[in-house]
Amino acid sequence: MRPGAVIVAMVLLVAGTAPVRGEDSCVQCHKELPDPLGAPVAGMQRDVHATVGLSCADCHGGDPKDPGMSAMDAAKGFVGKPERGRIPEFCGRCHADEGYMRRFNPRLPVDQLATYWTSVHGQRLRQGDTAVATCVSCHGVHGILPASDASSPVYKMNVPETCGRCHADAQYMAAYHIPTNQLAQYQRSIHGQTLLVGRDPAAPACNDCHGNHGAFPPGARSVAAVCGQCHAFNKDLFLASPHHAAFDRLGLPECVTCHGNHLVVQTSDEMLGVGATAVCVSCHAPGSAGYAAAERMRLAVDRLKDAVAAAERTVARAAAAGMEVSDAEAALQSAREDLVKTRTQVHAFDPASLVKMADAGVQTATAAAHAGEEALVELRNRRWMALIPLSLIALVGALLYLKVRELS
Amino acid sequence: MANEDGLSRRRLINWLLSLGSGSLLGVLLYPIIRYVTPADQPEAAVGTAVVGPLRDFPPGSGKVVRFGDRPAIVVRLTGGELRAFSAVCTHLGCTVQYRKDLELIWCPCHNGRFDLTGRNVAGPPPRPLEAFEVAVRGDQVVVSRRA
Amino acid sequence: MTAAIGAWLDDRLRVRAVRDFLAHKLVPVERSIWYYFGGVSLFLFGVQVATGILLLLYYRPAPDSAFESVRFIMGHVRFGWLVRSVHAWAANLMIAGVFTHFFSVFFLKAYRPPREVTWLTGCGLLGCTLAFGFSGYLLPWNQLAFFATKVGTDIVGEVPVVGPALRFVLRGGENVGGATLTRFFGFHVALLPLATTLLLLVHLALVQLHGMSEPQGGRRRPVRHMPFYPHFVLREALVWLAVLGVLVVLATFFPWELGEKADPFASAPSGIRPEWYFTFMSQTFKYVPARLFGLEGEQVAILGFAAIFALLVLVPFLDRRAARGEPSPLVTAGGVLLLGFMVVMTLLAYLKPY
Repeated sequence: MRPGAVIVAMVLLVAGTAPVRGEDSCVQCHKELPDPLGAPVAGMQRDVHATVGLSCADCHGGDPKDPGMSAMDAAKGFVGKPERGRIPEFCGRCHADEGYMRRFNPRLPVDQLATYWTSVHGQRLRQGDTAVATCVSCHGVHGILPASDASSPVYKMNVPETCGRCHADAQYMAAYHIPTNQLAQYQRSIHGQTLLVGRDPAAPACNDCHGNHGAFPPGARSVAAVCGQCHAFNKDLFLASPHHAAFDRLGLPECVTCHGNHLVVQTSDEMLGVGATAVCVSCHAPGSAGYAAAERMRLAVDRLKDAVAAAERTVARAAAAGMEVSDAEAALQSAREDLVKTRTQVHAFDPASLVKMADAGVQTATAAAHAGEEALVELRNRRWMALIPLSLIALVGALLYLKVRELS
Repeated sequence: MANEDGLSRRRLINWLLSLGSGSLLGVLLYPIIRYVTPADQPEAAVGTAVVGPLRDFPPGSGKVVRFGDRPAIVVRLTGGELRAFSAVCTHLGCTVQYRKDLELIWCPCHNGRFDLTGRNVAGPPPRPLEAFEVAVRGDQVVVSRRA
Repeated sequence: MTAAIGAWLDDRLRVRAVRDFLAHKLVPVERSIWYYFGGVSLFLFGVQVATGILLLLYYRPAPDSAFESVRFIMGHVRFGWLVRSVHAWAANLMIAGVFTHFFSVFFLKAYRPPREVTWLTGCGLLGCTLAFGFSGYLLPWNQLAFFATKVGTDIVGEVPVVGPALRFVLRGGENVGGATLTRFFGFHVALLPLATTLLLLVHLALVQLHGMSEPQGGRRRPVRHMPFYPHFVLREALVWLAVLGVLVVLATFFPWELGEKADPFASAPSGIRPEWYFTFMSQTFKYVPARLFGLEGEQVAILGFAAIFALLVLVPFLDRRAARGEPSPLVTAGGVLLLGFMVVMTLLAYLKPY
């Protein structure tokens, strides 16, 4: 066959299958293909990269104007599907380039790749372990959504489940010899309940304590700093307390020692003191100074709690009887706050300061109760005072009755 | 004889009746007179409250005051401008306070922070503090609810 | 001295004529307990005017301040708790009294000629009293009142044809809000007192003009009478004193609650229902089927109540037998049925709230 004719035939063939103006050739071919080759097309329709005008070739290279298989030519920059170990660098080609990212979203950080290499995932990946999480494990691949989108796997409330895909899979994690109960524990914890059931985004997910791209368990000496991101007052008090030096010396993980890490339960006064469920007695033996301190602190907190409860009962009784008690209720609110502050003060592990604070709170609560009592006394007085007009009414009524009798 | 008894009995009843009715009237009028006389707190503290003289709020300070039955915080910026917000933290209801060292409004319960426009800028609070109107009448600072 | 004053007044105001008239007015002795309820209603109205004016000295009719001002009255005004509780209790007693007066007049057939206009003004007064109750209930601006008003005005909206427009005007807008409060306040302290006073003046003047109605026939023996003054007046004073005593006891031992401030965005409290004097209507709506005769159930019920009220208003003209002085058992039976229905429905509303 004459080469000219072949060329013409090929040109005609190519012209016949020329892509529709505007659509790139990758999409055009791949959308006709079965999965897994066709799936990316549907996924990309929602992808955040697509919304800023990026398409297949911008990540995978190649020539989107070339309608044939020659589009996927290494000479044209085609990279194809990167192997797992090279995924971070694949994404980092753009996401670690400030100059490039500035064109699309100047506020997005560009340190994810660098941070990732410091994480356990990154370090192990460098050592050749391809089972660890890479960018696509958490963010997805074709169909990546911004973290603010509620359908994104890295949306705050979806984070625990995303991490749990590996970390809660005992078979998958078998080789690593670390626990796989974290997700289950977290879901039962107060943090998990607040985030997942209460839908309150103020509660921490995995990344708030472990980091995102730099995911790493915090060391025993930095636990307080991590928890202290939110529980600042407790952290400050703890760091200044005798427990700080003692725990660090013993290698105990600061807050986690008493509160747990994933199964952080809602605190109660039962944790304090020398009772059966108290945490203090796991270290402090009876007769020791710590034991006495724990007992003293618990008693002070209980005193305040009882005072507030008693005040609440009195004020509620007065309110239910129809008395005006808004002043007493304002004082009661102050007393309740004192209780919160006193319970926080426990973390100073200093009975003297705690008792002082608790006693001040007891005074406020007592004042509120007093106001409620006054209202109840006022109520009683009114009822007794009512006898005056009532007896006069009875007297005049009796006299009128006599008069009526007299007239008839 | 019987007639005279009846007459004096009648007079007694009439006299007692007048006395009783007069006393009853007095007992009814007394609360009314007390009611009508203004008390120490002459009006309901509602949408507006006088929270103190201007000199109680030096520039670069903030103070928690009572506003109705809830606390409010009045902040005076270093430039002299007055601002007022609800002092009820939008996280769990603790009373916030002004931190001169941080130059913002801070909640001691969980370290929630609000900037001086009331916006929640750090920590758990999910919403800004409700803003109030604040004005100076004479030398008294007056806080009122926004319309 | 008193004689001189009396003469001076008489020259200018014809006081003696009034006194003589009162001295000659007669009241039947039989079944006379029912004759007191008109006066009881009047007394309670007087109490309401007095306590209402006192409340007016401190009350503020706006959503931002109404609740707080009532709370202020109850907590910080000397004897404010008393004035407010008396006002709330007397409102209920007055409505009970007015209903009793209404039904006793009905069953005693006192609407017979020539007392038709007295009856008409009386029906107007009943309407005013209920309107007082409905408008006043909202004024403290608490949760119960807010939602009861919402439900109540919703029912008004069910009236065929004019319902939605009526509701719009009543509420001062689409929803119950500050405009409703201001409007209801205007009704409660200006419009209704004016209407009531005018109707009362006519009503009382006619009662004086026609004298007390005699209980109806069947009896051959003559009915005993007593002079209005001083016999009936003294008895009346005694009854009024007893009512006053009841009010003092109620206000002191069962103070009226204020509840919580209205929050339009909160969901309605469970078991919400209007005040007891309207519950027979709301309870009826619960039993009416969804659709009836091609109209919505509620509309049929409203039309039904309107028809019954129209019949009641027109009863002096419809009850021919009573006009002739004959017993009219049919009318009596109708009244018994109506009263029974209202009582049963009210009881059901409280015994079976859901």
